[in-house]
Amino acid sequence: MAKRKSVLPGRRLTLGFTILYLSLIVLIPLAGLVVKTAGLTLPQFWETVTSPRVLASYRVSLVTAFFAAVVNVVFGLIVAWVLVRYRFPGKKLVDGLIDIPFALPTAVAGIALTSIYAPNGWIGKLFDPLGIRIAYTPLGITLALIFIGVPFVVRTVQPVLQDLESDTEEASVLLGAYRWRTFRRVILPELIPPLLTGFALAFARGIGEYGSVVFISGNMPMKTEITPLLIITKLEQYEYSQATAIALVLLILSFGLLLIINSLQRWSNRRLRSS
Amino acid sequence: MAGAVTTVTAVSNETRPKHLTEARWVRWTLIGIALLFVSVVILLPLITVLLESFRKGWSVYIEALKDPDSIAALKLTLTTALIAVPLNTIFGVAAAWAITKFTFRGKNLLITLIDLPYAVSPVISGLVYILLFGAQGFLGPWLFEHDIKIVFATPGIILATMFVTFPFVARELIPLMESQGVQDEEAAVSLGSRGWRTFFRVTLPNIKWGLLYGIILCNARAMGEFGAVSVVSGHIRGETNTLPLHIEILYNEYQYTAAFAVASLLMLLAIVTLIIKSLIESKLVRSKHGE
Repeated sequence: MAKRKSVLPGRRLTLGFTILYLSLIVLIPLAGLVVKTAGLTLPQFWETVTSPRVLASYRVSLVTAFFAAVVNVVFGLIVAWVLVRYRFPGKKLVDGLIDIPFALPTAVAGIALTSIYAPNGWIGKLFDPLGIRIAYTPLGITLALIFIGVPFVVRTVQPVLQDLESDTEEASVLLGAYRWRTFRRVILPELIPPLLTGFALAFARGIGEYGSVVFISGNMPMKTEITPLLIITKLEQYEYSQATAIALVLLILSFGLLLIINSLQRWSNRRLRSS
Repeated sequence: MAGAVTTVTAVSNETRPKHLTEARWVRWTLIGIALLFVSVVILLPLITVLLESFRKGWSVYIEALKDPDSIAALKLTLTTALIAVPLNTIFGVAAAWAITKFTFRGKNLLITLIDLPYAVSPVISGLVYILLFGAQGFLGPWLFEHDIKIVFATPGIILATMFVTFPFVARELIPLMESQGVQDEEAAVSLGSRGWRTFFRVTLPNIKWGLLYGIILCNARAMGEFGAVSVVSGHIRGETNTLPLHIEILYNEYQYTAAFAVASLLMLLAIVTLIIKSLIESKLVRSKHGE
Protein backbone atom coordinates (compact mmCIF):
# COMPACT_ATOMS: atom_id res chain seq x y z
CA MET A 1 0.00 0.00 0.00
CA ALA A 2 1.48 3.31 -1.08
CA LYS A 3 1.71 5.73 1.82
CA ARG A 4 0.55 9.09 0.69
CA LYS A 5 -1.67 11.79 1.99
CA SER A 6 -5.23 11.37 0.85
CA VAL A 7 -6.86 14.31 -0.90
CA LEU A 8 -10.26 13.21 0.33
CA PRO A 9 -12.04 15.29 2.94
CA GLY A 10 -13.51 14.28 6.26
CA ARG A 11 -10.65 12.34 7.78
CA ARG A 12 -10.77 14.12 11.11
CA LEU A 13 -14.54 14.33 11.23
CA THR A 14 -15.28 10.69 10.44
CA LEU A 15 -12.43 9.19 12.43
CA GLY A 16 -13.19 11.43 15.38
CA PHE A 17 -16.89 10.61 15.32
CA THR A 18 -16.18 6.89 14.93
CA ILE A 19 -13.91 6.80 17.95
CA LEU A 20 -16.22 8.98 20.05
CA TYR A 21 -19.32 6.92 19.29
CA LEU A 22 -17.45 3.64 19.74
CA SER A 23 -16.18 4.83 23.12
CA LEU A 24 -19.56 6.03 24.35
CA ILE A 25 -21.64 3.04 23.30
CA VAL A 26 -19.21 0.14 23.58
CA LEU A 27 -15.82 0.81 25.17
CA ILE A 28 -16.75 2.88 28.23
CA PRO A 29 -19.65 0.59 29.22
CA LEU A 30 -17.42 -2.48 28.83
CA ALA A 31 -14.65 -0.80 30.79
CA GLY A 32 -17.22 -0.17 33.52
CA LEU A 33 -17.63 -3.93 33.82
CA VAL A 34 -13.92 -4.38 34.42
CA VAL A 35 -13.74 -1.49 36.89
CA LYS A 36 -16.72 -2.83 38.83
CA THR A 37 -15.10 -6.26 39.09
CA ALA A 38 -11.89 -4.64 40.30
CA GLY A 39 -13.89 -3.61 43.38
CA LEU A 40 -13.71 -7.22 44.49
CA THR A 41 -10.57 -8.62 46.06
CA LEU A 42 -8.96 -11.47 44.16
CA PRO A 43 -10.06 -14.17 46.63
CA GLN A 44 -13.63 -12.79 46.56
CA PHE A 45 -13.59 -12.80 42.78
CA TRP A 46 -12.21 -16.32 42.65
CA GLU A 47 -14.72 -17.60 45.17
CA THR A 48 -17.59 -16.11 43.17
CA VAL A 49 -16.58 -17.43 39.79
CA THR A 50 -15.73 -20.92 41.07
CA SER A 51 -18.69 -21.54 43.37
CA PRO A 52 -20.41 -24.87 42.60
CA ARG A 53 -23.53 -23.32 41.05
CA VAL A 54 -21.45 -21.07 38.77
CA LEU A 55 -19.16 -23.93 37.76
CA ALA A 56 -22.21 -26.03 36.93
CA SER A 57 -23.53 -23.22 34.73
CA TYR A 58 -20.24 -23.02 32.78
CA ARG A 59 -20.45 -26.75 32.26
CA VAL A 60 -24.02 -26.60 30.96
CA SER A 61 -23.21 -23.68 28.64
CA LEU A 62 -19.94 -25.08 27.31
CA VAL A 63 -21.11 -28.66 26.84
CA THR A 64 -24.38 -27.79 25.10
CA ALA A 65 -22.73 -25.14 22.90
CA PHE A 66 -19.98 -27.59 21.99
CA PHE A 67 -22.30 -30.41 20.95
CA ALA A 68 -24.61 -28.03 19.09
CA ALA A 69 -21.61 -26.69 17.15
CA VAL A 70 -20.43 -30.23 16.36
CA VAL A 71 -23.87 -31.17 15.02
CA ASN A 72 -23.87 -27.97 12.96
CA VAL A 73 -20.47 -28.74 11.48
CA VAL A 74 -21.66 -32.14 10.26
CA PHE A 75 -25.07 -31.10 8.94
CA GLY A 76 -23.91 -27.64 7.90
CA LEU A 77 -21.31 -29.23 5.65
CA ILE A 78 -23.92 -31.52 4.09
CA VAL A 79 -26.36 -28.63 3.57
CA ALA A 80 -23.67 -26.37 2.07
CA TRP A 81 -22.44 -29.20 -0.15
CA VAL A 82 -25.91 -29.98 -1.44
CA LEU A 83 -26.69 -26.29 -2.03
CA VAL A 84 -23.50 -25.65 -3.99
CA ARG A 85 -23.16 -28.87 -5.96
CA TYR A 86 -26.54 -30.45 -6.63
CA ARG A 87 -29.80 -29.49 -8.30
CA PHE A 88 -33.07 -30.30 -6.61
CA PRO A 89 -36.54 -28.80 -6.33
CA GLY A 90 -36.93 -26.18 -3.61
CA LYS A 91 -33.23 -25.39 -3.52
CA LYS A 92 -33.67 -21.62 -3.41
CA LEU A 93 -36.22 -21.91 -0.61
CA VAL A 94 -33.83 -24.06 1.44
CA ASP A 95 -31.06 -21.55 0.81
CA GLY A 96 -33.30 -18.75 2.07
CA LEU A 97 -34.40 -20.69 5.16
CA ILE A 98 -30.77 -20.96 6.28
CA ASP A 99 -30.81 -17.26 7.24
CA ILE A 100 -33.95 -17.55 9.38
CA PRO A 101 -32.04 -18.08 12.66
CA PHE A 102 -30.18 -14.80 12.00
CA ALA A 103 -33.35 -12.86 11.36
CA LEU A 104 -35.90 -14.47 13.68
CA PRO A 105 -36.01 -12.86 17.14
CA THR A 106 -34.65 -15.32 19.68
CA ALA A 107 -37.73 -15.16 21.89
CA VAL A 108 -39.89 -16.33 18.97
CA ALA A 109 -37.55 -19.24 18.33
CA GLY A 110 -37.52 -20.00 22.04
CA ILE A 111 -41.26 -20.39 22.51
CA ALA A 112 -41.67 -22.26 19.21
CA LEU A 113 -38.93 -24.79 20.03
CA THR A 114 -40.31 -25.26 23.53
CA SER A 115 -43.78 -26.06 22.26
CA ILE A 116 -42.35 -28.55 19.74
CA TYR A 117 -40.16 -30.40 22.22
CA ALA A 118 -42.28 -30.17 25.38
CA PRO A 119 -43.65 -33.56 26.50
CA ASN A 120 -46.99 -32.77 24.79
CA GLY A 121 -45.45 -31.14 21.72
CA TRP A 122 -45.16 -32.57 18.21
CA ILE A 123 -41.76 -34.13 18.65
CA GLY A 124 -41.70 -34.27 22.44
CA LYS A 125 -44.79 -36.51 22.28
CA LEU A 126 -42.91 -39.08 20.18
CA PHE A 127 -40.06 -39.34 22.67
CA ASP A 128 -42.00 -39.06 25.92
CA PRO A 129 -43.23 -42.71 25.91
CA LEU A 130 -39.62 -43.82 25.46
CA GLY A 131 -38.75 -42.02 28.67
CA ILE A 132 -36.71 -39.41 26.80
CA ARG A 133 -37.42 -35.85 27.81
CA ILE A 134 -36.13 -33.15 25.51
CA ALA A 135 -37.46 -29.83 26.75
CA TYR A 136 -36.21 -28.74 30.19
CA THR A 137 -33.06 -30.88 29.85
CA PRO A 138 -29.58 -30.16 28.44
CA LEU A 139 -30.77 -31.93 25.27
CA GLY A 140 -33.39 -29.20 24.76
CA ILE A 141 -30.77 -26.48 25.27
CA THR A 142 -28.57 -28.19 22.68
CA LEU A 143 -31.45 -28.28 20.19
CA ALA A 144 -32.07 -24.54 20.65
CA LEU A 145 -28.38 -23.86 20.08
CA ILE A 146 -28.40 -26.05 16.97
CA PHE A 147 -31.17 -23.83 15.59
CA ILE A 148 -29.19 -20.67 16.40
CA GLY A 149 -25.96 -22.02 14.92
CA VAL A 150 -27.12 -23.34 11.53
CA PRO A 151 -26.23 -20.28 9.41
CA PHE A 152 -22.71 -19.91 10.79
CA VAL A 153 -21.34 -23.15 9.37
CA VAL A 154 -23.38 -23.16 6.15
CA ARG A 155 -22.55 -19.55 5.30
CA THR A 156 -18.82 -19.92 5.94
CA VAL A 157 -18.46 -23.20 4.02
CA GLN A 158 -20.65 -22.22 1.05
CA PRO A 159 -18.41 -19.55 -0.57
CA VAL A 160 -15.28 -21.68 -0.17
CA LEU A 161 -16.99 -24.66 -1.76
CA GLN A 162 -18.18 -22.39 -4.55
CA ASP A 163 -14.71 -21.07 -5.32
CA LEU A 164 -13.04 -24.46 -5.18
CA GLU A 165 -11.30 -24.99 -8.51
CA SER A 166 -12.11 -28.29 -10.10
CA ASP A 167 -8.60 -28.91 -11.54
CA THR A 168 -7.24 -30.59 -8.41
CA GLU A 169 -10.36 -32.68 -8.30
CA GLU A 170 -9.90 -33.51 -12.01
CA ALA A 171 -6.29 -34.48 -11.40
CA SER A 172 -7.25 -36.69 -8.51
CA VAL A 173 -9.85 -38.46 -10.67
CA LEU A 174 -7.39 -38.83 -13.54
CA LEU A 175 -4.95 -40.42 -11.13
CA GLY A 176 -7.62 -42.98 -10.43
CA ALA A 177 -8.75 -41.91 -6.98
CA TYR A 178 -12.20 -42.95 -5.88
CA ARG A 179 -14.76 -40.27 -5.09
CA TRP A 180 -14.56 -40.73 -1.33
CA ARG A 181 -10.78 -40.61 -1.43
CA THR A 182 -10.89 -37.49 -3.59
CA PHE A 183 -13.20 -35.90 -1.06
CA ARG A 184 -11.00 -36.84 1.89
CA ARG A 185 -7.68 -35.99 0.32
CA VAL A 186 -8.45 -33.11 -2.02
CA ILE A 187 -11.66 -31.37 -1.00
CA LEU A 188 -11.83 -31.77 2.78
CA PRO A 189 -8.43 -30.13 3.48
CA GLU A 190 -9.68 -26.99 1.70
CA LEU A 191 -12.81 -27.01 3.83
CA ILE A 192 -11.06 -27.37 7.19
CA PRO A 193 -10.49 -23.61 7.76
CA PRO A 194 -14.10 -22.58 7.01
CA LEU A 195 -15.43 -25.54 9.02
CA LEU A 196 -13.32 -24.53 12.01
CA THR A 197 -14.38 -20.90 11.61
CA GLY A 198 -18.03 -21.93 11.43
CA PHE A 199 -17.59 -24.15 14.46
CA ALA A 200 -15.99 -21.36 16.48
CA LEU A 201 -18.67 -18.84 15.46
CA ALA A 202 -21.50 -21.22 16.37
CA PHE A 203 -19.78 -22.19 19.63
CA ALA A 204 -19.17 -18.56 20.63
CA ARG A 205 -22.75 -17.60 19.85
CA GLY A 206 -24.01 -20.64 21.75
CA ILE A 207 -22.15 -19.74 24.92
CA GLY A 208 -23.66 -16.26 25.06
CA GLU A 209 -27.13 -17.14 23.76
CA TYR A 210 -30.03 -16.31 26.03
CA GLY A 211 -33.40 -15.73 24.35
CA SER A 212 -33.88 -19.00 22.53
CA VAL A 213 -32.63 -21.03 25.48
CA VAL A 214 -34.45 -19.66 28.56
CA PHE A 215 -37.82 -21.05 27.52
CA ILE A 216 -36.69 -24.57 26.71
CA SER A 217 -34.05 -24.98 29.42
CA GLY A 218 -36.29 -25.17 32.48
CA ASN A 219 -33.61 -23.17 34.32
CA MET A 220 -32.88 -25.58 37.15
CA PRO A 221 -29.78 -24.53 39.11
CA MET A 222 -26.91 -27.02 38.79
CA LYS A 223 -28.69 -28.88 35.97
CA THR A 224 -30.05 -26.71 33.18
CA GLU A 225 -29.01 -23.22 34.22
CA ILE A 226 -26.86 -21.52 31.57
CA THR A 227 -24.29 -18.88 32.52
CA PRO A 228 -26.11 -15.89 30.91
CA LEU A 229 -29.25 -16.78 32.89
CA LEU A 230 -27.26 -17.06 36.12
CA ILE A 231 -25.97 -13.52 35.51
CA ILE A 232 -29.55 -12.27 35.24
CA THR A 233 -30.59 -14.22 38.34
CA LYS A 234 -27.77 -12.64 40.34
CA LEU A 235 -28.79 -9.20 39.06
CA GLU A 236 -32.37 -9.76 40.12
CA GLN A 237 -31.12 -10.66 43.60
CA TYR A 238 -29.15 -7.38 43.61
CA GLU A 239 -25.88 -9.35 43.75
CA TYR A 240 -24.30 -6.84 41.37
CA SER A 241 -20.67 -7.67 42.04
CA GLN A 242 -21.29 -11.41 41.67
CA ALA A 243 -23.19 -10.89 38.43
CA THR A 244 -20.36 -8.69 37.17
CA ALA A 245 -17.65 -11.18 38.11
CA ILE A 246 -19.41 -14.02 36.27
CA ALA A 247 -20.02 -11.72 33.31
CA LEU A 248 -16.32 -10.88 33.18
CA VAL A 249 -15.42 -14.57 32.95
CA LEU A 250 -17.92 -15.01 30.12
CA LEU A 251 -16.59 -11.87 28.43
CA ILE A 252 -12.96 -13.05 28.56
CA LEU A 253 -14.04 -16.39 27.13
CA SER A 254 -15.87 -14.63 24.27
CA PHE A 255 -12.89 -12.36 23.51
CA GLY A 256 -10.58 -15.36 23.41
CA LEU A 257 -12.92 -17.01 20.93
CA LEU A 258 -13.16 -13.77 18.89
CA LEU A 259 -9.37 -13.66 18.56
CA ILE A 260 -9.28 -17.30 17.52
CA ILE A 261 -12.06 -16.70 14.99
CA ASN A 262 -10.23 -13.68 13.53
CA SER A 263 -7.03 -15.62 12.99
CA LEU A 264 -9.00 -18.58 11.59
CA GLN A 265 -10.66 -16.25 9.10
CA ARG A 266 -7.33 -14.73 8.07
CA TRP A 267 -5.95 -18.25 7.58
CA SER A 268 -9.02 -19.23 5.60
CA ASN A 269 -8.78 -16.11 3.39
CA ARG A 270 -5.08 -16.63 2.73
CA ARG A 271 -5.73 -20.19 1.60
CA LEU A 272 -8.57 -18.99 -0.57
CA ARG A 273 -6.38 -16.39 -2.26
CA SER A 274 -3.35 -18.63 -2.74
CA SER A 275 -5.34 -21.46 -4.26
CA MET B 1 -41.87 -17.07 -1.29
CA ALA B 2 -39.93 -19.65 -3.27
CA GLY B 3 -37.76 -18.01 -5.84
CA ALA B 4 -37.60 -14.75 -3.94
CA VAL B 5 -34.78 -15.95 -1.77
CA THR B 6 -31.25 -16.31 -3.06
CA THR B 7 -27.81 -15.68 -1.65
CA VAL B 8 -25.14 -13.31 -2.76
CA THR B 9 -23.14 -16.35 -3.80
CA ALA B 10 -25.93 -16.93 -6.35
CA VAL B 11 -27.07 -20.52 -6.19
CA SER B 12 -25.77 -21.95 -9.43
CA ASN B 13 -27.80 -24.46 -11.32
CA GLU B 14 -25.26 -25.86 -13.73
CA THR B 15 -24.78 -29.60 -13.55
CA ARG B 16 -21.32 -30.82 -12.77
CA PRO B 17 -19.53 -33.19 -15.12
CA LYS B 18 -20.26 -36.78 -14.24
CA HIS B 19 -16.78 -37.76 -13.14
CA LEU B 20 -16.73 -34.86 -10.66
CA THR B 21 -19.89 -35.75 -8.84
CA GLU B 22 -21.15 -38.59 -6.72
CA ALA B 23 -23.23 -41.62 -7.58
CA ARG B 24 -26.94 -40.93 -7.86
CA TRP B 25 -27.87 -42.66 -4.60
CA VAL B 26 -25.20 -40.71 -2.71
CA ARG B 27 -26.50 -37.46 -4.15
CA TRP B 28 -30.09 -38.13 -3.20
CA THR B 29 -29.19 -39.42 0.25
CA LEU B 30 -27.26 -36.23 0.96
CA ILE B 31 -30.09 -34.09 -0.41
CA GLY B 32 -32.53 -36.06 1.75
CA ILE B 33 -30.44 -35.53 4.89
CA ALA B 34 -30.09 -31.82 4.15
CA LEU B 35 -33.81 -31.36 3.53
CA LEU B 36 -34.75 -33.29 6.65
CA PHE B 37 -32.31 -31.29 8.77
CA VAL B 38 -33.52 -27.92 7.48
CA SER B 39 -37.18 -28.96 7.79
CA VAL B 40 -36.93 -30.17 11.38
CA VAL B 41 -34.55 -27.52 12.68
CA ILE B 42 -35.76 -24.40 10.85
CA LEU B 43 -39.06 -24.93 9.05
CA LEU B 44 -40.87 -26.72 11.89
CA PRO B 45 -40.51 -23.82 14.36
CA LEU B 46 -41.86 -21.40 11.75
CA ILE B 47 -44.89 -23.59 11.08
CA THR B 48 -45.43 -23.99 14.81
CA VAL B 49 -45.62 -20.23 15.32
CA LEU B 50 -48.20 -19.93 12.57
CA LEU B 51 -50.37 -22.86 13.72
CA GLU B 52 -50.24 -21.95 17.40
CA SER B 53 -51.17 -18.33 16.78
CA PHE B 54 -54.26 -19.28 14.75
CA ARG B 55 -55.24 -22.23 16.90
CA LYS B 56 -58.23 -20.45 18.41
CA GLY B 57 -59.22 -18.71 15.24
CA TRP B 58 -58.83 -15.38 13.55
CA SER B 59 -60.81 -13.33 16.09
CA VAL B 60 -58.71 -14.46 19.05
CA TYR B 61 -55.61 -13.69 17.01
CA ILE B 62 -56.76 -10.15 16.25
CA GLU B 63 -57.92 -9.72 19.85
CA ALA B 64 -54.41 -10.60 21.10
CA LEU B 65 -52.83 -8.03 18.82
CA LYS B 66 -55.35 -5.33 19.72
CA ASP B 67 -54.65 -5.68 23.43
CA PRO B 68 -53.45 -2.28 24.78
CA ASP B 69 -50.30 -3.85 26.22
CA SER B 70 -49.45 -5.35 22.82
CA ILE B 71 -49.98 -1.99 21.13
CA ALA B 72 -47.79 -0.29 23.74
CA ALA B 73 -45.08 -2.92 23.18
CA LEU B 74 -45.29 -2.42 19.43
CA LYS B 75 -44.95 1.35 19.87
CA LEU B 76 -41.91 0.98 22.11
CA THR B 77 -40.29 -1.45 19.69
CA LEU B 78 -40.82 0.95 16.78
CA THR B 79 -39.55 3.94 18.79
CA THR B 80 -36.43 2.03 19.79
CA ALA B 81 -35.66 0.98 16.23
CA LEU B 82 -36.42 4.49 14.94
CA ILE B 83 -33.70 5.93 17.17
CA ALA B 84 -31.13 3.13 17.30
CA VAL B 85 -31.06 2.28 13.59
CA PRO B 86 -30.43 5.82 12.19
CA LEU B 87 -27.73 6.50 14.79
CA ASN B 88 -25.94 3.24 14.02
CA THR B 89 -26.32 3.99 10.31
CA ILE B 90 -24.61 7.37 10.65
CA PHE B 91 -21.89 5.69 12.68
CA GLY B 92 -21.54 2.88 10.14
CA VAL B 93 -21.09 5.29 7.24
CA ALA B 94 -18.61 7.46 9.15
CA ALA B 95 -16.60 4.45 10.32
CA ALA B 96 -16.53 2.89 6.86
CA TRP B 97 -15.44 6.21 5.31
CA ALA B 98 -12.64 6.68 7.87
CA ILE B 99 -11.46 3.08 7.58
CA THR B 100 -11.59 2.66 3.81
CA LYS B 101 -10.59 6.11 2.54
CA PHE B 102 -7.58 6.80 4.78
CA THR B 103 -4.57 4.99 6.16
CA PHE B 104 -3.82 5.27 9.84
CA ARG B 105 -2.21 3.27 12.59
CA GLY B 106 -4.38 0.90 14.59
CA LYS B 107 -6.88 0.38 11.79
CA ASN B 108 -7.11 -3.37 12.39
CA LEU B 109 -7.60 -2.77 16.08
CA LEU B 110 -10.42 -0.35 15.30
CA ILE B 111 -12.11 -2.94 13.07
CA THR B 112 -11.83 -5.56 15.82
CA LEU B 113 -13.29 -3.14 18.38
CA ILE B 114 -16.24 -2.42 16.10
CA ASP B 115 -16.88 -6.17 15.98
CA LEU B 116 -16.84 -6.50 19.78
CA PRO B 117 -20.63 -6.35 20.31
CA TYR B 118 -20.97 -9.45 18.09
CA ALA B 119 -18.87 -11.42 20.55
CA VAL B 120 -20.52 -10.17 23.73
CA SER B 121 -23.43 -12.11 25.20
CA PRO B 122 -26.64 -10.05 24.94
CA VAL B 123 -27.04 -10.37 28.68
CA ILE B 124 -23.71 -8.59 29.20
CA SER B 125 -24.73 -5.89 26.70
CA GLY B 126 -27.57 -5.03 29.05
CA LEU B 127 -25.59 -5.51 32.24
CA VAL B 128 -22.97 -2.89 31.34
CA TYR B 129 -25.63 -0.16 31.24
CA ILE B 130 -27.00 -1.24 34.63
CA LEU B 131 -23.48 -0.84 36.00
CA LEU B 132 -23.22 2.65 34.50
CA PHE B 133 -26.68 4.05 35.07
CA GLY B 134 -28.36 1.77 37.64
CA ALA B 135 -29.08 2.82 41.23
CA GLN B 136 -25.82 1.20 42.38
CA GLY B 137 -24.00 2.23 39.22
CA PHE B 138 -21.28 4.81 38.61
CA LEU B 139 -23.67 7.57 37.50
CA GLY B 140 -26.66 6.27 39.45
CA PRO B 141 -26.63 8.73 42.38
CA TRP B 142 -26.14 11.74 40.07
CA LEU B 143 -28.97 10.63 37.80
CA PHE B 144 -31.22 10.06 40.82
CA GLU B 145 -30.51 13.58 42.08
CA HIS B 146 -31.44 15.05 38.75
CA ASP B 147 -34.44 12.78 38.38
CA ILE B 148 -33.26 11.22 35.12
CA LYS B 149 -34.25 7.61 34.51
CA ILE B 150 -32.16 5.59 32.08
CA VAL B 151 -32.28 1.95 33.12
CA PHE B 152 -35.70 0.37 33.60
CA ALA B 153 -36.93 3.04 31.20
CA THR B 154 -36.93 3.74 27.48
CA PRO B 155 -33.43 5.31 27.24
CA GLY B 156 -31.84 2.14 28.67
CA ILE B 157 -33.72 -0.02 26.18
CA ILE B 158 -32.53 2.19 23.32
CA LEU B 159 -28.92 2.14 24.57
CA ALA B 160 -28.86 -1.64 24.95
CA THR B 161 -30.34 -2.01 21.46
CA MET B 162 -27.72 0.37 20.05
CA PHE B 163 -24.96 -1.70 21.64
CA VAL B 164 -26.24 -4.97 20.22
CA THR B 165 -26.84 -3.62 16.70
CA PHE B 166 -23.72 -1.45 16.72
CA PRO B 167 -21.60 -3.29 14.08
CA PHE B 168 -24.30 -4.14 11.52
CA VAL B 169 -24.08 -1.20 9.07
CA ALA B 170 -20.32 -0.70 9.44
CA ARG B 171 -19.74 -4.40 8.88
CA GLU B 172 -21.61 -4.36 5.55
CA LEU B 173 -20.02 -1.14 4.29
CA ILE B 174 -16.36 -1.68 5.15
CA PRO B 175 -15.68 -4.60 2.74
CA LEU B 176 -17.85 -3.01 0.04
CA MET B 177 -16.13 0.39 0.17
CA GLU B 178 -12.75 -1.30 0.50
CA SER B 179 -13.32 -3.11 -2.79
CA GLN B 180 -14.44 0.09 -4.52
CA GLY B 181 -11.27 1.99 -3.67
CA VAL B 182 -10.91 5.77 -3.66
CA GLN B 183 -10.55 6.62 -7.39
CA ASP B 184 -14.13 7.82 -7.91
CA GLU B 185 -13.98 10.18 -4.95
CA GLU B 186 -10.50 11.42 -5.84
CA ALA B 187 -11.62 12.18 -9.37
CA ALA B 188 -14.61 14.12 -8.03
CA VAL B 189 -12.43 16.09 -5.60
CA SER B 190 -9.86 16.91 -8.29
CA LEU B 191 -12.71 18.25 -10.39
CA GLY B 192 -13.50 20.61 -7.55
CA SER B 193 -16.28 18.76 -5.76
CA ARG B 194 -16.67 19.49 -2.06
CA GLY B 195 -16.84 17.01 0.79
CA TRP B 196 -20.56 16.42 1.32
CA ARG B 197 -21.27 16.76 -2.39
CA THR B 198 -18.65 14.11 -3.13
CA PHE B 199 -20.27 11.81 -0.62
CA PHE B 200 -23.85 12.28 -1.78
CA ARG B 201 -23.15 12.35 -5.52
CA VAL B 202 -20.30 9.85 -5.85
CA THR B 203 -20.05 7.55 -2.83
CA LEU B 204 -23.69 7.12 -1.90
CA PRO B 205 -24.85 5.87 -5.33
CA ASN B 206 -21.99 3.34 -5.22
CA ILE B 207 -22.86 1.97 -1.82
CA LYS B 208 -26.64 2.40 -1.71
CA TRP B 209 -27.54 -1.31 -1.91
CA GLY B 210 -24.93 -2.35 0.61
CA LEU B 211 -26.08 0.42 2.90
CA LEU B 212 -29.72 -0.61 2.61
CA TYR B 213 -28.71 -4.21 3.28
CA GLY B 214 -26.95 -3.20 6.49
CA ILE B 215 -29.88 -1.05 7.59
CA ILE B 216 -32.53 -3.76 7.20
CA LEU B 217 -30.39 -6.33 9.06
CA CYS B 218 -29.74 -3.76 11.79
CA ASN B 219 -33.45 -3.02 11.98
CA ALA B 220 -34.45 -6.69 12.22
CA ARG B 221 -32.07 -7.21 15.11
CA ALA B 222 -33.11 -3.94 16.79
CA MET B 223 -36.78 -4.93 16.74
CA GLY B 224 -36.13 -8.51 17.82
CA GLU B 225 -33.47 -8.14 20.50
CA PHE B 226 -34.42 -9.95 23.68
CA GLY B 227 -31.57 -10.67 26.11
CA ALA B 228 -29.97 -7.23 26.32
CA VAL B 229 -33.30 -5.43 26.47
CA SER B 230 -34.61 -7.89 29.06
CA VAL B 231 -31.84 -6.92 31.48
CA VAL B 232 -32.43 -3.14 31.30
CA SER B 233 -36.19 -3.06 30.83
CA GLY B 234 -37.56 -3.70 34.29
CA HIS B 235 -40.55 -5.38 32.63
CA ILE B 236 -43.19 -2.77 33.37
CA ARG B 237 -46.28 -3.74 31.40
CA GLY B 238 -47.43 -1.19 28.89
CA GLU B 239 -44.39 0.96 29.65
CA THR B 240 -41.04 -0.75 29.22
CA ASN B 241 -42.02 -3.89 27.35
CA THR B 242 -40.90 -4.35 23.79
CA LEU B 243 -42.58 -6.95 21.57
CA PRO B 244 -40.09 -9.75 22.38
CA LEU B 245 -40.43 -9.05 26.12
CA HIS B 246 -44.20 -8.98 25.78
CA ILE B 247 -44.03 -12.46 24.22
CA GLU B 248 -42.14 -13.70 27.26
CA ILE B 249 -44.69 -12.29 29.70
CA LEU B 250 -47.66 -13.72 27.80
CA TYR B 251 -45.95 -17.09 27.52
CA ASN B 252 -45.08 -17.25 31.21
CA GLU B 253 -48.72 -16.41 32.01
CA TYR B 254 -49.78 -19.40 29.91
CA GLN B 255 -51.49 -17.15 27.35
CA TYR B 256 -49.96 -19.26 24.60
CA THR B 257 -52.20 -18.16 21.74
CA ALA B 258 -51.57 -14.50 22.48
CA ALA B 259 -47.83 -15.10 22.87
CA PHE B 260 -47.67 -16.83 19.49
CA ALA B 261 -49.86 -14.16 17.89
CA VAL B 262 -47.35 -11.47 18.89
CA ALA B 263 -44.54 -13.83 17.86
CA SER B 264 -46.09 -14.22 14.42
CA LEU B 265 -45.73 -10.45 13.91
CA LEU B 266 -42.02 -10.67 14.59
CA MET B 267 -41.76 -13.75 12.37
CA LEU B 268 -43.37 -11.76 9.58
CA LEU B 269 -40.76 -9.05 10.13
CA ALA B 270 -38.00 -11.67 9.84
CA ILE B 271 -39.40 -13.14 6.63
CA VAL B 272 -39.94 -9.73 5.03
CA THR B 273 -36.39 -8.78 6.03
CA LEU B 274 -35.00 -11.89 4.36
CA ILE B 275 -37.02 -11.29 1.19
CA ILE B 276 -35.78 -7.69 0.92
CA LYS B 277 -32.28 -8.94 1.68
CA SER B 278 -32.40 -11.45 -1.15
CA LEU B 279 -33.75 -8.82 -3.56
CA ILE B 280 -30.85 -6.54 -2.65
CA GLU B 281 -28.43 -9.40 -3.03
CA SER B 282 -29.55 -10.14 -6.55
CA LYS B 283 -29.06 -6.41 -7.30
CA LEU B 284 -25.57 -6.59 -5.82
CA VAL B 285 -24.70 -9.67 -7.86
CA ARG B 286 -26.05 -8.06 -11.02
CA SER B 287 -24.14 -4.82 -10.44
CA LYS B 288 -20.96 -6.84 -9.88
CA HIS B 289 -21.48 -8.75 -13.13
CA GLY B 290 -22.41 -5.56 -14.94
CA GLU B 291 -18.95 -4.08 -14.44
